[in-house]
Amino acid sequence: MEEMKEIIRAYVVKEYVEDDTEVGFDTPLISGGIVDSFSMVSLKRFLENRYGISIPDDKATPEAFDSVNKICALVQEYLH
Amino acid sequence: MSHIGSYDERIKNFSWKISEDELGYKKGDPINIGWYCTDRICQLGKGDKLALIWEGAAGAEKWFTYNDIRIVTNTIGHFLRSLGIKNEDRVCLFMDKIPELYLGFLGVLKIGAIAQPLFSAFGDESLFIRLENAQTKAIITQRKHAPKVRKILDKMPYLEHIILVDHDPAKPLQPREIAFDLERAPKVEQLEIFPTYAESPSVLHYTSGTTGQPKGVKHVHYSLISQYLTTKWVLDLHDNDIYWCTADPGWVTGTSYGIIGAFSTGTTQCVLDSGFSADNWYRFIEKHKITVWYSAPTAIRSLMKAGNGVVKKYDLSSLRHLASVGEPLNPEAVIWSEKVFGRPFLDTYWQTETGCIVISNFPGMKIKPGSMGKTVPGIIATVVDTETCEPFRDSGKIGLIAVKPGWPSMMRTYWNNEETYQKKFRNGWYLPGDRSSIDSEGYFWFVGRDDDVINTGGHLVSPFEVESALLEHPAVAESAVVSKPDFVSMEVVKAFITLKPGYTAGKELDLEIMNFVRKKLSPLAMPQEIEFVDSLPKTRSGKIMRRILHAKEWGEEIGDTSTLEDD
Repeated sequence: MEEMKEIIRAYVVKEYVEDDTEVGFDTPLISGGIVDSFSMVSLKRFLENRYGISIPDDKATPEAFDSVNKICALVQEYLH
Repeated sequence: MSHIGSYDERIKNFSWKISEDELGYKKGDPINIGWYCTDRICQLGKGDKLALIWEGAAGAEKWFTYNDIRIVTNTIGHFLRSLGIKNEDRVCLFMDKIPELYLGFLGVLKIGAIAQPLFSAFGDESLFIRLENAQTKAIITQRKHAPKVRKILDKMPYLEHIILVDHDPAKPLQPREIAFDLERAPKVEQLEIFPTYAESPSVLHYTSGTTGQPKGVKHVHYSLISQYLTTKWVLDLHDNDIYWCTADPGWVTGTSYGIIGAFSTGTTQCVLDSGFSADNWYRFIEKHKITVWYSAPTAIRSLMKAGNGVVKKYDLSSLRHLASVGEPLNPEAVIWSEKVFGRPFLDTYWQTETGCIVISNFPGMKIKPGSMGKTVPGIIATVVDTETCEPFRDSGKIGLIAVKPGWPSMMRTYWNNEETYQKKFRNGWYLPGDRSSIDSEGYFWFVGRDDDVINTGGHLVSPFEVESALLEHPAVAESAVVSKPDFVSMEVVKAFITLKPGYTAGKELDLEIMNFVRKKLSPLAMPQEIEFVDSLPKTRSGKIMRRILHAKEWGEEIGDTSTLEDD
């Protein structure tokens, strides 16, 4: 779980952060304006590719993607 | 009682002088939108009235009275002047929905410069194309967006100043950068307002077309006349209303009705600068007791998707008038809003080039869910035959929406592109590029675009721009971009791609290309789906036939394929 958090955090920073904004595990990503709703599609695609899962569209909500911790919890649901 | 009262009476007795008289404007007088939105409201004795309640992502709040925004816009104008910014210089506003965006816009106008707002999610390529076209002299931005400007700085010798509104003093400024801290800058009580006149340029908004680069739509200060009146008659803003326009001022709704309309009517408006979530939006309405809400179908459908349960958690009884813009509002959304909010969202129709609402549903009018409503008083609009450009005599026929030129906020030209501007007119009509019909009662019914431009979440995306960006990716040999249907955004971008030898289609490449376009252009332009194909349908002369791919996505008849390449 810790490794997953670090992987997702590193991906978010690499792909969506332009400046030196720090991203913690609980940093609001969607409501905080770091990842916009259109870009959520690419983040979802990354998670599906990386973890070999399929996240239903109705589960990929702004709330479920709003922090690294919440994303990890969502991924966990579909890992098994 | 609504401001418009009887629609039929307004149509009969209409004159733009109604607006001019209310604003105290006489032909030939100076007219400056920045002054009308701040100083004038203070002169009317409303200096202590709240103008702007801003809420940021972390719950931070800033409140400004009309006297505050008068002084702040003076301060910004003074600062820009001190940098040598003169009238008609282009000043880009490249920020999130922070107070500096709203007030910077008015500060730019006060000194007679041209405000060029750009959506802060634009990537460096999108930004460069628009700054290059306008030969922008200064850009006001935040440190989070500054890296995109720095990346293209060497290509922009005309860009003299990069103004950072949230510079971290612990870090050195880069070349051409200067810090401006709104809260620490010495307040400027009196500013000499530049005497702009009716035809002085005010705002340059960029919009996408099917072909060619984005076009800079030039508006003038006289646009205020129709923006003010439509704010009153369509959005029905009264003195005690609390207004929320959810649009980003990087786009025209956010300036015409999120800045100019709201402030010129002396309204108290709220701004929420954080990402979308149903809970957060409803909480915001409840907290600030929003009464008039102007939003977009994409947002409304996202709220529908979130379900009715979340609505019940909040007291939304303050809402009294709802309106929508950006794309056609589907009947289900109108019916849904009536059910959950007790009132329908009223659809409004207009575009960057029109500068103000031109077709709309009005307070008190019979609402036909799915219809755009009727012509705004003062606007002459109809539907014309696609070939002859003559208005239809019979109702129900599908043709092109056509508007008679001459209303105050009609665009004056495309910046450095008069030729394309002239092509928007035929047979004495301005053609917005949309298809529609009119029923026997005068209601317009939207059918679709008359070109390949993609309307995703109310934002126009040029397939040409996305295709050009795709071709810059090393793996892409050819590309064709079309829209595909989407429940929330109405349309999203889909790309068909053929690969260069040595590259293999797969999930990793798919994601890489998506992110490539997102960073280069914007998240809106990023293909939500990529289909790798062996070849693209082309005419015998080699032109890619987008319409065949479009028809496939929308389940439509493919039509004439006689010119299709044999292979």
